[in-house]
This record gives sequence, structure tokens and C-alpha cells, in this order.
Amino acid sequence: MAVLSPEQVKPAEYSKAFDPESVGALLKEGVAGAVTSATSAGIVVDGDKLVDALQWLKDSPDLVYDYFSGVTAVDWPDKFELVYHLASTVRGGPTLTVKVNLNDKENPLVSTAASVYRGALQQEREVYDFFGIKFAGHPNLRRIFMWEGFEGFPLRKSYQEAYYEQDRKPFETRWDQGHHIIIEDRVPWHDNVIYPKDFDPTAFKQVREIVRVAPQISDGDHKALKTQPIVVSVGPQHPSTHGVFRMNVTLDGETVMALEPVFGYLHRNHEKIGERNTYYMNVPFTDRLDYLSGMAMETGYVIGVEKMMNLKPPERVEYIRVIMNEFTRIVSHMFGGIGQVYSDLGAFFTPIVIYGLEERELVLDLFESASGSRMMCNYMRFGGVWRDLPEGWLEVAHELAFNRFPRVVDEMETYLVHNEIFDVRAKHVGVLPPDLAINYGVSGPMLRGSGVKYDIRRADPYSIYDRFDFDIPVGKNGDIYDRMWCRIQEIRESIKILQQAIKGIPSGETMAGKKAYSFKVPKGEVYSHIEAPRGDFGWYLVSDHNTTPYRYHVRAADFINLATMDQMCIGHKIGDMVGVLGSVDIIMGSVDR
Amino acid sequence: MKLFPTGTLTGMWLVLKRLLRSYPNDIQENLKAGSLFRRTGPKVGSERASVTQQGLITVEYPEVKLKPPENFRFIPFLIYEPVTDAAGKPIVDAATGKEQIGVERCTACGICAKVCPPQCIWIVRAVGDDGKPKPRPSEFFIDIDVCMNCGLCAEFCPFDAIKMDNEYELAGYERHVNHIYDYPTLLKSTTYYESIKPTDYAAEEAARQAKEDAKTKKPAAAAKEATTAAAAVKKVAPTISDSPGIEKE
Repeated sequence: MAVLSPEQVKPAEYSKAFDPESVGALLKEGVAGAVTSATSAGIVVDGDKLVDALQWLKDSPDLVYDYFSGVTAVDWPDKFELVYHLASTVRGGPTLTVKVNLNDKENPLVSTAASVYRGALQQEREVYDFFGIKFAGHPNLRRIFMWEGFEGFPLRKSYQEAYYEQDRKPFETRWDQGHHIIIEDRVPWHDNVIYPKDFDPTAFKQVREIVRVAPQISDGDHKALKTQPIVVSVGPQHPSTHGVFRMNVTLDGETVMALEPVFGYLHRNHEKIGERNTYYMNVPFTDRLDYLSGMAMETGYVIGVEKMMNLKPPERVEYIRVIMNEFTRIVSHMFGGIGQVYSDLGAFFTPIVIYGLEERELVLDLFESASGSRMMCNYMRFGGVWRDLPEGWLEVAHELAFNRFPRVVDEMETYLVHNEIFDVRAKHVGVLPPDLAINYGVSGPMLRGSGVKYDIRRADPYSIYDRFDFDIPVGKNGDIYDRMWCRIQEIRESIKILQQAIKGIPSGETMAGKKAYSFKVPKGEVYSHIEAPRGDFGWYLVSDHNTTPYRYHVRAADFINLATMDQMCIGHKIGDMVGVLGSVDIIMGSVDR
Repeated sequence: MKLFPTGTLTGMWLVLKRLLRSYPNDIQENLKAGSLFRRTGPKVGSERASVTQQGLITVEYPEVKLKPPENFRFIPFLIYEPVTDAAGKPIVDAATGKEQIGVERCTACGICAKVCPPQCIWIVRAVGDDGKPKPRPSEFFIDIDVCMNCGLCAEFCPFDAIKMDNEYELAGYERHVNHIYDYPTLLKSTTYYESIKPTDYAAEEAARQAKEDAKTKKPAAAAKEATTAAAAVKKVAPTISDSPGIEKE
């Protein structure tokens, strides 16, 4: 199959995209008094009518904004701006931005969107944690990344972190009078902790109570016996190798009665760092989000900034990006999405993880020779890539894509999918129905495993994905098995894309325009999202015409996927719970950010 | 569950096959080396890491080390041009065993410190006797534990003065003294740079040569050559300038 030329590209299957203006006009008719204004940047909705407006957008037969992509906020000097991103799994198209202005900076309050989208439950907690915006009617409005003894709301512009130096980099102390000091010495240990009023750290006790949002199970394992449910804290040592993550689980015997994920052990406030950094400085930081797929993270961010600057990368760069992204997907699935699930199901001392790692090793060698680093590539640039591919690179890539990977995937499928022990452990375990998956904003192989054919590469194409021929594999039951099966099929599709791209890659420039280490980005905002190996990763960037972004938000797919853990685990045994966690395929670097 | 686990057995057979595939190479190599139990020699490394290898692809680090690719980057270092003798060979200082320092390329312009994402570069610009700033650093520190190995400093340096090193075994017991590299520690000669990144070095030297030639030649020819030289320079070390779409600070 040859790659299509730009002229041959047909409009996407469901290209019936609506721009915010026309959606705003429709919404005006649908819900009286809801729309304040509708511009290309998004629809501004009245705070009191928010839930009605969201419900209408979801139920409207033409628009069907059924997919809750995310909610975040921007701290403007005079107001808080809540930003909702909605999408449609039925017809695809770009995301719709819905905004709510909260003019009361002292007591920002808005009603929760959880009655329309369940996915809002977890993300509104994040907004509360970072901005202090309260959501009326939220059943569990507690901090999510920070702990209860944390003072302040870190993403407010007034907040200064413990090692605060300046609002934006570069710091003046570094040049030309850069006498070196150890930064930690400036703020000694213990002096950098501020507790909220009326908070006594010595008397602090962890909240052991679980707020049940999933359907309650009243019958446990041994109803004949008199059993008492207990709360078990699983983690924060990772059950296998996912990272420091904890789950509070209520057990009756061995049956999971309720479950709540606890985040924040790897939290470093990537978004605040991103707002201190200049645009270029953020590129290597994005590698540290989902560190198994650094190239994909860079691509998403770089595409967003390019949109704001109106830069178009040369053809060769687009091909290189596709090649890098698909290689990333293959190895990320082989190691994280497939190998790790096996180790979670108790097969750690079988060579399956190792086989995934072996293939990953070869691809990392390629990344290293092209970009200089194996995982933290820092390869993408605004309008290009760092350097052209070195000599002989494409030959090795060709060997991998045409000979090695097809064979390896066949092998993997043989000893994974047809394995009887795996069948028993994975089939009908951790089922996530499609309607629930969409409602929670689940994405990636998890969503497709539940049978929803939604892939950003097709629904809202970025880079040059609309020119390639590939399918979107979907599962039937939405259990662990289907997610795994989807990942294996996705590897096959990625190989297909790789083969087309490696054959069709043109020669030419690898950079549009000249590079500048510091530049101002025009005023505006952009939401750029890509289909990363773990799902829909989005970057919401707001620029106020400066060298640093005013707001830098990352929609981490695996963080949002984790919200469904309780739905999938309740009623199952605790042993299966770890397998379900594996099938979500989380990377704490992006979950905790 | 099926009564007879055929799928599981097939998987186990594949695992066994894979294990067996690992050894023919090793046995051959070991026989050549004269010992059956030790995998040594450079060939094992490169062969093991090749894409056609069907068995194990690991090498026995640290006994066997793979050569990092030329683009590999780790910690930055600063470049000096050594003093050369009449034949153009660098003169090695007998006392230190290092090449004598001729030209230090760093001009303390501060671009690396400004572009550094974790802000780990600290520079004090030298001040002459007359109180005016001089184009060289009097202090230059890189905190290698803060450094995130991104390579932006080397990418944006307009003087080819800071480059990324290949040295990666830097573990130590102490962080506040040993891991803060000062100016003398950071300085390494062009000879060393050429040995780790020959292609980059050759391209940069060619560009510099072309530039110098252009200066000495006639203006008309010089202008033409300068553009080609500038193009070569751009490929290797991008310079900072205005361009449409990118607004300079």
C-alpha cells in the first residue's frame, strides 16, 4: 500500500465537524439563556445553566457530545475560567470547548457536571485541588494529588512553591553573576512547610472511609459466615512495576466491595513547571510524562505550539513523526500494555515481559541513534525535528518493520492469546461496558476494548495520519482479554503504518524556518490532542503573548482511565484487581504529573 | 478450560526455541576465545544487539560495553582548542597528561544558561582590569545532578563551545561537591570531541574553514561561499535569528 498524496485524502468518515459558533447558535435555541458568547475559541456558558447546557449537548441527536474529554481551569487576574472539552465518539471531529466564567475569586462555586458525565467526578477533584474551585453537589470533593495538610492551591497564579525563584525562566541568578549555590540550602528543610489553619500534623489521620460511587455490592464472599468488611491499603509500593500508586480497597473476604485510587506519590506539578518554563524548555519535560512513550508526548505538545504559531513542518518531518510515534506505540504496547499485564496476572517469572523488553531495546537503540537519548528523546522541535535521521537508520527501521516485528507479533499472539491459563484469568474479568466507558471519558485501547471505535488518528486526524491505510481494532466484551487483544491488533496496524511511512518517506528539509531559543507566541489558546499508546493525550495551552505559556494543561489519558477502576473491580476477587489495574496500563509519570 | 492445554504447551515450545536460538553464536565465539564459559570479545556485543538476532539480545555489561551512537548525549562539556606544535599536533602537558589549553571557545554569552530547562548552568562573566565585561567566563558551573541531559545548550550555542559528552558512568557517593562541575573540570579538548563525535566535528570544521576562506577571498566570490558556509553552519549548529512566525525575545 502506498501512502496517499495530500490531494487524495478523502474527508474523514465522520467529518461532520461543527465549529463553536454554529454549535453556540444551536445551543442558544436549545437551552434558553445559557450561551453568553460563542467564538472560535469556544462557547461561554452561564454558570447556572452549565449542567443543562451539557445535558443538551449530550442528548442533541445531531451534535451528540457524549464524550467528556476533560475539565480544567485558568486563573485570570479578574476571574476563574472553567474549561470543558467535549467530543463525540459517534461522529468524531474536533473537540468542543465550553467555558464558564467564575467572577467570584474568593469563593468560586459551580455545580458539578457529574450528573451528565461520570468522568467529571475525578477531574473536578483535580480542579478543586489545584484551583480551589468548589463543585456543588460533588459527592467526594477532596484533594486528589496533594494531601489534606497542604496549604494553598498550586495552580493559582499567586501560589509560590517552596523553591520558588522567579515567575518565569530563565532565572536572573544564573547569568552573568551566576555564583553557584545549592538551591536546597536557601530554603532549609522544615522551613518550607506551611500547614492550613487549624491543621495539626501530629494529630493527622488518613481518611479510611471510601466514598462509593460505583454500584454497591452488599453480598460478599461468605454470607453464611459472619464477616466484616475491612479496608486494605494496596500500595503505595507498586504491586508490580507501575509506579507508586495506592488503592484503598474494602474487602469482604477476598471480594472487592469498594475501591478508591489514591494518587499523588509521583506528583511534581508538571503544569506549574510548564508555566514557569519557556516553550522550548517544556519539550524535554513532556518526555517525563508518559516515559514509555516520550516521542508521542513530544509530538502532542509540539503540534499544539505549532498550531498557535501557524508553523507547518516540512513533509519529511511529518513522516519522521509518524514513524517515531508508531514505533513508540509498538514498544509501549509490547512492554507496558501486554508484558506488564502478564506480570500482574502472576506470570512475572515467565519470559513474556522480557520478550517485550527485547523488542523495545532495539527500538530504543534507533531512538538513541536519531535523537541522542533512549527514553527522554527531546527530538521534536517546533516546525521540525532536532536533526535528520542518521545514515543507515531507515534500513534498520525497514528490517524491523518488514521482517522482525511481524514475526514477533505472531509469536506473541501464539503464546499469549491462545494460552488457556490467560483465558481463565482474563475473560469476563474487569468488564467495562461501552456506554460507561464513554461516559467516563476512557480512551485508548481501553475504550476500543469495550467496543467503541474511537481513535483520534481517525476521529480528529493530526499530522498526516489521514493519508495512511489502517484499521481500528475493537473488542467485544470490554474485559482484560479484549484490551490485550486490541493492543496486539494495534501493533499489527502500527506495523502497517510503519511500512507505508518507511516506503514513502520523502527527502528534504527537517526544519521549517529558523530556530530561536526564546520567542513569544501569539495570544490565543489551543487544544491539541493525539492518540498516544495509552489513549487520548491532550495539551491545552493558553498564551498571553509571552515567552512562557500562561496556562499549560495536560490531559493524561491513563489518569482518567483509572477512574473506572472501581466499576471494573467491584464483585471480583482481589487477585483479579491487580490484573485489571495492569490492563488499564498506567504510567505514574503521566497519572500523577 | 480445555482438558488438554494445547495453547500453553505451544507457548512453552516457543520459549524453548527462543532459548536455544541464543546459544550457537555464543558457543562459536567462546571457542574462538578459548573458553566455553565466558562470553567476551567485542563481537558478541555488536552481534547481540543486532536486529537480526533471534535469541537473547543482552550483552554482559560492564564486561562488554556497546559503543554509544554518535548522537548520544549525556552531560555537557566545554571545548578548548589545544596548543599545537609545528606539525599541527596538540602539545600534551607532561605534568597533567592533558593537552595544553590554547583557545577557550566559551564567550560567556549565557545562551546555554538561558535555554537550560532545569536551570543547572551557572556562569559568571569575567571582568577585565578596566571594569568592563570580557568575553570569557570567570566561573562556570554545571550541577550534573540537576541536568536533565536534554542537549538544548549544545544545540543553541552559537560558538560550538558547549557539547554533549558520551561519558555516562557518573555515579558517586557525594553530591554537593563532586557532582558540581566547575570550569576546569568541564573543559575538554577538540581532540577528545573529535574522538567521540567525528561527523559533527568534521562538519563544524569544514564550515569554519569555508568561512575563513570566504574572508580572505574576493568579495564577490566570498559572498557566494559565505552563503554555502552559512548553510553548512545552520545544519550543524543553528544560529539565533528572526524569522516569520517566530518572534525573537
